[in-house]
Amino acid sequence: MAVKTLTIDGTLVTAQAESTVFDAAHEAGIFIPSLCRLEGVTTTGSCRLCLVEIEGSNRLMPSCILKVDEGMQVRTDTPRLREYRKMIVELLFAERNHTCAVCVANHNCELQDLAKSVGIDHVRYEYTFPKAEVDITHERFGVDHNRCVLCTRCVRVCDEVEGAHTWDISGRGTNSRVITDMNQPWGDAQSCTSCGKCVQACPTGALFKQGSTVAEMQKDRTQLEFIVTAREKKQWIG
Amino acid sequence: MITSPLNEVVEKETAAAKPKCLRCCVAAGCLSSGSLAVKQSLQASVTEAGLQDEVHVKGVGCMGLCSQGPLVQADPDKVLYTGVTAESAPTIVSALQGAKVDLPTTDLNHPFFTLQRPIVLENSGRIDPERIEEYLVANGYQALYAAVRDMTPKDVVDAITSSGLRGRGGAGYPTGLKWALVAKTPSHQKYIVCNADEGDPGAFMDRSVLESDPHRVLEGMALAGYAVGATQGFIYVRGEYPLAISRLQTAIKQARRLGVLGSQIFESGFDFKIDLRIGAGAFVCGEETALMASIEGKRGIPRVRPPYPAESGLWGQPTLINNVETFANVAPIIRNGPDWFSSIGTGKSKGTKVFALAGKITNTGLIEVPMGTPLSTIVEVMGGGTPDGSAIKAVQTGGPSGGCIPAHKLDTPVDYESLASIGSIMGSGGMIVMDADNNMVDVARYFMEFCMEESCGKCIPCRAGTVQIHRILTKIHEGKAGQEDIETLEQLCEMVKSASLCGLGQSAPNPVLSTLRYFREDYTALLPKASEVTV
Repeated sequence: MAVKTLTIDGTLVTAQAESTVFDAAHEAGIFIPSLCRLEGVTTTGSCRLCLVEIEGSNRLMPSCILKVDEGMQVRTDTPRLREYRKMIVELLFAERNHTCAVCVANHNCELQDLAKSVGIDHVRYEYTFPKAEVDITHERFGVDHNRCVLCTRCVRVCDEVEGAHTWDISGRGTNSRVITDMNQPWGDAQSCTSCGKCVQACPTGALFKQGSTVAEMQKDRTQLEFIVTAREKKQWIG
Repeated sequence: MITSPLNEVVEKETAAAKPKCLRCCVAAGCLSSGSLAVKQSLQASVTEAGLQDEVHVKGVGCMGLCSQGPLVQADPDKVLYTGVTAESAPTIVSALQGAKVDLPTTDLNHPFFTLQRPIVLENSGRIDPERIEEYLVANGYQALYAAVRDMTPKDVVDAITSSGLRGRGGAGYPTGLKWALVAKTPSHQKYIVCNADEGDPGAFMDRSVLESDPHRVLEGMALAGYAVGATQGFIYVRGEYPLAISRLQTAIKQARRLGVLGSQIFESGFDFKIDLRIGAGAFVCGEETALMASIEGKRGIPRVRPPYPAESGLWGQPTLINNVETFANVAPIIRNGPDWFSSIGTGKSKGTKVFALAGKITNTGLIEVPMGTPLSTIVEVMGGGTPDGSAIKAVQTGGPSGGCIPAHKLDTPVDYESLASIGSIMGSGGMIVMDADNNMVDVARYFMEFCMEESCGKCIPCRAGTVQIHRILTKIHEGKAGQEDIETLEQLCEMVKSASLCGLGQSAPNPVLSTLRYFREDYTALLPKASEVTV
């Protein structure tokens, strides 16, 4: 397989031709933040946190989708990108009711980590305080829309790994909601196999195991990785 | 003159022509002010006067001057009656017989008509959109005949390339280049898509073209299919255009009946089918990747480009997607040659552009002008300025993706580059005129509310950013904002513009940015004065 050489933040990096800039950077120890990306499922490029600057282009590109190219000059950490990332995370905090102090995922939350890493100490925008529901009709899991960032990881993992497609999105814009089946209570969603992959995939406390209290909901991403790689490596066959 | 198997139809149609004709507009604008009753009344009066062999009453598409409808044009007298009612219709018939009548008419020598250069609209208001025969008499499907019989697909692509035609959907991508890309991408199946999801508030160009001359779009699509090697076309038309949908359905049926669509068109090896897909009211489905997702039966949300549709479009196959007006230009280019087309317009923007004039303007309606016509000529000379004679404050082009052009920039010619250089865009052709009564903060807020509600919600900058921009604009509107809010507003706009996933989000801040650029005083006037600020 062909290999490409590119420059990321001034460092020469080699990567396989089919690799994305995001993967090439992480392989080289350069951290690019992301919220929607999840190893093993399709990328959507929708959170816009992994946007990078490419020399010779004035368009910002999502590094999770952008393929590496020979001689490509990538910048992942310019003042402009840092500022945009901060604004995007602040927008998320203002969009729903994210209250870490009472959240099951406190200290184990990607949104919280992200906020710390991009240096958020306050939110410049008005909180919108939307009325959002909590659905605990499922016997083992629950969904709290107050904490959802609409990354659609649950939708993709359910569709692409489990093959159930229980989750989807209803509505549009800021009124979008993740839904189960045809917007029925999760407990009534017949397609749900209760596998729990969505819960493990969720970056925040929006999807949680029932019975967890504040800061107890630790996500076990290795479970997902095992399922995905086991399929790829056909470890379950014969 | 090309002899085609359709000549028989044309000869029959020409032989049946009557010496006099009353053309009654039955496009959506005039229909909504009662033109169907006018047409029936005209027909009844003609029959009553025993003139049915002499006078042809026909329903036609848009005649342009929508503000004065219902419109009826009498031929060959060249009189355009305005504001016709079912009651006044019989008088028109008596005028046709030589009687002196006193009905409101409009001056066909007014610049509104004389400065137009109809190419896309050449048949609009002249032919009956529900009869393929009339389109054939107007040289219809001759370009397709010439292409499939005497030209190679590459010849067609080359003709479009050298004509200099650029996409009329707003962005102005060179059409020939797009066609060549699709033509050169190898695949066993390719698609042609016509984007008729015209959603900008105040824009009605594509609707008029579809309602007035649907066959022109079908012919353009078939030519595109031949040029790039596609056999299937889709027209994605918005559900809010029931008349356009029904006329397209009629047109497709007629075209299939006469064999200009279907298998082995004009006894060549070329097959081409067109099907309709109806949009369900989402503005974002006008974005090409969202539109294609919708055609595939999925949720209409955009995806990251590249890959562009030319490489991977509908069901992963190479897909050519153009807007209605772009396809409407194709047949005339093939018929009259690319040099003819490129002689019209400016250096980089060739041909004409259709604009929908709306807002504070005397002559509301549809016009087609050569590229490079100054904005002032369009709104002041052709449009007749504001109805009450007050000064024009701004002209908004490009709808929610465009910007507000101030009065002192109205000498700007309409072409892609000039409009972009002053912070607006050509857009699909909506043009809204505003006067001093229009506060620019309200204008920006209106468009931002539109974008906020139409955002699909996939990417965060557009989904949550438009909400916050709208909140700040509301705060300014209510007189509760401070200087720091304007700074936050500007930062947010820059971020949403640069970081959003698709064109909707990337262009949503334009109305705010352009009004901040040219009408900052409208914003600052709404900030509380220093003495009023309580700490």
